[in-house]
Amino acid sequence: MNDGTGKINMLTRRRWIAASTGTLMLGALGAARGQESSAPDGASDELLIALPGKKPLIKRTFRPPNFETPLADLRRTFTANDAFFVRYHLSAIPEIDARTWRLKVGGPSAAQPLELSLADLQHRFERVTLPAINQCSGNRRGLFTPRVPGVQWKNGAMGHATWSGVRLRDVLRKCNLQPDALEVVLDGADGPLLPQTPDFQKSLPIERALDENTLIAFEMNGRPLPHFNGAPARLIVPGWTATYWVKHLTDIRVQPQPFDGFWMKGAYRIPTGAFPGARFTSQETPETTPITQILVNSLVTAPSPDARLAHNRPAQLCGWAWDGGTGISAVDISVDGGLNWRAAALDKDMGRFAWRGFRFRLDTSRPGPLAVAVRATSRGGEQQPDKLTVNPAGYHNNKILSLALEVA
Amino acid sequence: MRRVAQRMALGTCALLACTVALAGEESIHLIDAPGSDLTAASCVTCHSLDYIPMNAPLMSRASWEKTVHKMIDKFGAPIRPEDVDQILAYLTAHYSG
Repeated sequence: MNDGTGKINMLTRRRWIAASTGTLMLGALGAARGQESSAPDGASDELLIALPGKKPLIKRTFRPPNFETPLADLRRTFTANDAFFVRYHLSAIPEIDARTWRLKVGGPSAAQPLELSLADLQHRFERVTLPAINQCSGNRRGLFTPRVPGVQWKNGAMGHATWSGVRLRDVLRKCNLQPDALEVVLDGADGPLLPQTPDFQKSLPIERALDENTLIAFEMNGRPLPHFNGAPARLIVPGWTATYWVKHLTDIRVQPQPFDGFWMKGAYRIPTGAFPGARFTSQETPETTPITQILVNSLVTAPSPDARLAHNRPAQLCGWAWDGGTGISAVDISVDGGLNWRAAALDKDMGRFAWRGFRFRLDTSRPGPLAVAVRATSRGGEQQPDKLTVNPAGYHNNKILSLALEVA
Repeated sequence: MRRVAQRMALGTCALLACTVALAGEESIHLIDAPGSDLTAASCVTCHSLDYIPMNAPLMSRASWEKTVHKMIDKFGAPIRPEDVDQILAYLTAHYSG
């Protein structure tokens, strides 16, 4: 190793220390170890670590950064920006100056290319705000049986926020879209460390890109997007898994042929016909097809998974249910291992892409084990299944939730 | 030697990208055994080493082989063909379920 490399390395470390909010690496690790026993998701090897601008989250991998939201932070209706999960595929993640950032829009099926500043986006287009679930395709991969390789996410590779920005279609319509437009390719500023590694780029079918709910967002919960959630602007594709929600958006390209990048052809694919959800026909083969919509699912936020409930004391089961954009019609609870089901009370409907709260009073009159199961049904008629559909990448884990509670 | 290998790899990252290595990953060390330096240096160029223990319980020689070849063929990992056997032997011996 020559001196030059060593110096750069030292500078790198000093720069990080300067950027961190007074918590040095070792301090953060030490603090995280201290909190381990109270980590709500249980496993003893889970570290809670704070990235710059974030509160301590469950560290899955350091680089690229993959950090999961603890269950305690999923109890609020809107997941706080500093608690929102972080997911990257590649490690070069530049800090972007919003004042000099530009979004390029063009491609062979857009006759009039555009270049927009953040101010252009904010002032030249109608502003839209909507609440939506942002869920990683691999959320709950770590709960698959048999286990599947990949980031071992549990329940927190998801969050719920209001997103503000402009419609992608309003931007595309300023580009003189051509009738042959087939897919819209999206690229962000984050990229690979090695030039030969495929850059993270995604495409959407033109119909989904022109959907009124597909946004270029610059705010999350009324605040500018956090760096680790895609500042200064990211794509919002409500109802579709987060792989399409490209962060640090820099280039949008409309083209007449299917995009052949690795992250479409070689990743984020499921067996064709194995799951419900929108089809992405220009990317489909007889064997596999891109993952698209989020499947109906639910999460219990209280009581905690292994709670002991006090005999004859009121106890309430509560949580959230969501789907890929039809809304939730019912959440049913079983307390006898799935033989009988009773409807939980549903909270206010905040929109078809939002999650919906549910609550159910548990009977604590009989001491002993209480096997609770939760099953959500969407307005589209989909229901959480009692078995996983095994697939190589461990996507779409929406199996009915079971909790082994105890009344004592 | 292991430290040197990791520093070299991290130095490479710093040279190639105007980004910072996220603090904390220096705390991760692979099990010290023949092949650990080579394995660490091969992997840490692009990602932190926690990916290895995270997936270890569900890995076998066959799945490590698939993974290492995916890293080389799909992600362009700069791993010399003559090093693949030693990396696979190390991962299989120390990071398999």
